[in-house]
Amino acid sequence: MNNMTVKHTLNDELMMGYAAGILPEAFNLVVATHLSLCDESRAGVESYEAVGGAVLDSTETAKMSSGALADCLKRIKTEQPEVAKTKPSEGVFPNPLQVYVGGDLDAVKWRSLGNGAKQAILPTAKGATARLLFIPAGTAVPDHGHRGTELTLVLQGAFTDEIDRFGRGDIEIANEDLNHQPVAEAGEDCICLAATDAPLRFNSLLPRLMQPFFRI
Amino acid sequence: MYGLTNTVEKSAASGAASVYPRPGAVASYARKSNSVKTKATRDVFWLECVERIRDQQDQTAFAELFSHFAPRVKSFLMKSGADESLAEECSQEVMVTLWRKAHLFDPARASVATWIFTIARNKKIDALRRASRPEPESLPWQEDQAPDAAEALELQQESARLTKVIEGLPGKQRDIVKRAFYGDLSHQEIATETGLPLGTIKSRIRLALDRMRHSLK
Repeated sequence: MNNMTVKHTLNDELMMGYAAGILPEAFNLVVATHLSLCDESRAGVESYEAVGGAVLDSTETAKMSSGALADCLKRIKTEQPEVAKTKPSEGVFPNPLQVYVGGDLDAVKWRSLGNGAKQAILPTAKGATARLLFIPAGTAVPDHGHRGTELTLVLQGAFTDEIDRFGRGDIEIANEDLNHQPVAEAGEDCICLAATDAPLRFNSLLPRLMQPFFRI
Repeated sequence: MYGLTNTVEKSAASGAASVYPRPGAVASYARKSNSVKTKATRDVFWLECVERIRDQQDQTAFAELFSHFAPRVKSFLMKSGADESLAEECSQEVMVTLWRKAHLFDPARASVATWIFTIARNKKIDALRRASRPEPESLPWQEDQAPDAAEALELQQESARLTKVIEGLPGKQRDIVKRAFYGDLSHQEIATETGLPLGTIKSRIRLALDRMRHSLK
């Protein structure tokens, strides 16, 4: 299920942030899921990890305790090599997302947002929120802006907004300047993984009233 | 170049049981190659240590890696906000993880320093932030498609070059890079344009990924 024709990839800020380990957990989840589908971004992140390696290698040293090496040697005698890596997922969700959902698409516990749209909030640490969105083919997500950064990764189907068309593996990075109204393409329901580091801000009264209730 | 690589491949056929079946391939290629730059020699030595751990459970090789990297990991963790005793405990765990995961290390995509950095970073998130760290899907090696020794060596040399470039950055820029990796900056504070010369290393990693994808088909 790997889509190597991804067009919208990560920016430098997110690649470096993920490599450095300074993103909130919900962002890490979206990035890890995107990297599973996009080798261009993966190579970018791994080159920023090389920067981390250089920083580590040129860091001054802190003295280890006198028995540290002996303790480690004692421990490794009883350690088994870690089992081989898992195979890439064949489902709709790449492995890192399946860990948070507890399975593939059929395991999602959706809650209705009205008009056929659904969402499921995923459990992550404070600082940002991750959720799955289900947008029926041919319908629109309510027009909204954001107070912070919003990452939207397409996992099935496609959507189009003021910026471009986004298909499986594509990530849209939206900041406060963007007020957008994504519309799911006809033909296939659109499923996205999204993360925001501040609540969304809807531009019409009804969704705004629903916002605290649905924790969008 | 390919002739030499094929020879190395054949001589490594006995290691077929491991996930990454080419004992000593990169290190032995490096010794034969005249193109090894002095700066990268040390990185190739660390690589050889990891290969000795993987193939022979060599404790001397582990001690070599420990004496260089453990004090740096400890200092890195203290700069990231860990107190002395937590940093000590975590650096020991990082080194034990290195032993356990030696057979999963891919020298065509990372230097040993880079690999240890990623283990330390994950340990930091786990211990200091008490959050889990989602990782991308791994791309398992097929038994007949192990990393190309020449490509792995080039990646090691490119990593060494990158370290030199970062050490030579103007003070303020180098400071931002270091602080970002110590966790002193938020991601919004990272300038979108970092100015780091990552083009070459990125295209080498991309090549290694393409090779793996191809072998998975």
